[in-house]
Amino acid sequence: MNKFALEITNLKKTYDSGAVALKGINLTVAEGDFFALLGPNGAGKSSTIGIIGSLVTKTDGKVKIFDIDIDKNFPEAKRMLGVVSQEINFNNFEKVMDIVTTQAGFYGIPLGLAKEKTETVLKRLGLWDKRDEQARNLSGGFKRRLMIAKALIHEPKLLILDEPTAGVDIELRREMWDFLREINEAGTTIILTTHYLEEAEQLCKNIAIIDHGDLVENTSMKNLLSRLDVQGFILDVNEPLETAPVIPNFLLVLDDPLTLSVAIQKDQSINELFQHLSEQGIQVNSLRNESNRLEEMFIEMVKKSSS
Amino acid sequence: MNRRSEILVGLTTLIRKEIKRFLRIWVQTLVPPAVTMSLYFVIFGSLIGPRIGSMDGLDYIQFMIPGLIMMSVITNSYANVVSSFYSVKFQKSIEELLVSPMPNWAILVGFVAGGVCRGVIIGFVVFCVSLLFYPAFTVVNPALTITVLFLTAILFSLMGFINAVFADSFDDISIIPTFVLTPLIYLGGVFYSINILPDIWRNISMANPMLYVVNTFREGMLGVSDVSIPFALSMIVLFIVLLSSACLYLLNKGIGIRQ
Ligand SMILES: Nc1ncnc2c1ncn2[C@@H]1O[C@H](COP(=O)(O)OP(=O)(O)OP(=O)(O)O)[C@@H](O)[C@H]1O
Ligand SMILES: [Mg+2]
Repeated sequence: MNKFALEITNLKKTYDSGAVALKGINLTVAEGDFFALLGPNGAGKSSTIGIIGSLVTKTDGKVKIFDIDIDKNFPEAKRMLGVVSQEINFNNFEKVMDIVTTQAGFYGIPLGLAKEKTETVLKRLGLWDKRDEQARNLSGGFKRRLMIAKALIHEPKLLILDEPTAGVDIELRREMWDFLREINEAGTTIILTTHYLEEAEQLCKNIAIIDHGDLVENTSMKNLLSRLDVQGFILDVNEPLETAPVIPNFLLVLDDPLTLSVAIQKDQSINELFQHLSEQGIQVNSLRNESNRLEEMFIEMVKKSSS
Repeated sequence: MNRRSEILVGLTTLIRKEIKRFLRIWVQTLVPPAVTMSLYFVIFGSLIGPRIGSMDGLDYIQFMIPGLIMMSVITNSYANVVSSFYSVKFQKSIEELLVSPMPNWAILVGFVAGGVCRGVIIGFVVFCVSLLFYPAFTVVNPALTITVLFLTAILFSLMGFINAVFADSFDDISIIPTFVLTPLIYLGGVFYSINILPDIWRNISMANPMLYVVNTFREGMLGVSDVSIPFALSMIVLFIVLLSSACLYLLNKGIGIRQ
């Protein structure tokens, strides 16, 4: 039987200010999954994560981590959970090494072992050289890594990351992706939130979209992508054209003399298009995707949910 | 992992962190009371003291020593916990504790222990300073002295904790010390015996909790007191119990720390 790493039932949150962040969310994440929690600003992602990590009190509902109710057996639930918050939550004036060792101590790891584990995790995250630096001297990307190091120190089975790559440069982001993939393959269930849909597409097997405190979508990435029935492409041709070529079943638009754009239906083959083009003596130099189709679909879904 | 050792490790980690914190900034935490108290000893003890004569049958400087030690212990235990816990809240590093399996009582004990350590160390420092000015000082009842020292440090650490829980800005952590704590201490028999006061003020002073702390400590060090010791001790213990329950209630409710 498939075990759930996370099971959320009817989760509701209303802040003291009266702001309703969650209106009753139901969500399950299977063990071993790489899961994306998506949604626009203010959707309720961080509130959900805060509740799972006991940083925010819930108004109603149930949260189970590996079948353990966080209200009933909080120590056991917390041992299995690592949380990387959206906002920096370490003392900027402490040293990198001390921050992580202290966090280990709070998890009950004795000092000697804590130091060993800290060394391992700092090395894995490329922070070892900076172990004696005060945290405030780290750049934004390295601060993020430090947050991840802290969350991994007790080797949680479920790791939740709230926008781990916000403000992280492209190279560092790719490294972080590789790192997350690695630990996911080694058995850690990962849930992350992100505003980069490409990131979710690259990493995640399943997704949920929340908006205004409601769950709008909960499906597999594959399923989501398969729903994209039209895909826009941009073709760069090798010789200037005066008018867009006319090809049956394909609608080509001439953006400028060297650039064509075309919408391809799911059941159409791009090879067929190339064939027709070369019959007309048009050679295609390069081909790229027109805008992020995932992003467009995402916006559609969120729009639908709020109307 | 064994739950008990897990908590114990967590607690030691927190206490170690709290002690390191005030030792690291020792110029701000340990030196000022030594300097201030030296000034008190010079001015009120050596210069003005002889003109005051005796207080409760003791040299004035001798009378003042326990009061000044208590004053330092109270302000420093309070200040340590209020500023440490407030900054942990402010920087959000409280999350490091909240995500961990540490129970709330251990979090409370950790912060209070930090305050107690600072209070006790400072008490000792001020005592050493006082020996420079009054080398002949001997402690009459060491057991009572030490007991009161620790109880007082615990009591005011707890108060500092509650202050920090409700504090929403750096102003909030200095309001109580400035407008409540300091006046009560100054009027609580640090510098005089309430026997010198007119009846009405003596009676009003009896409602000042500082009076009991200061006098019990003075009883321990010098064997003189304006209040009944068993009564004062039971009140101190009662308040420790009440305040710890209040702190635990606040933590369990997540007030000021969980949104
Ligand atoms: N501490 C708080 N007090 C009051 N309201 C809050 C608090 N934190 C969040 N909210 C409100 O709850 C709602 C959900 O916020 P949340 O931070 O969960 O969104 P999010 O999906 O994480 O957004 P983002 O992508 O911007 O991080 C918002 O309307 C927000 O204003
Ligand atoms: Mg958020």
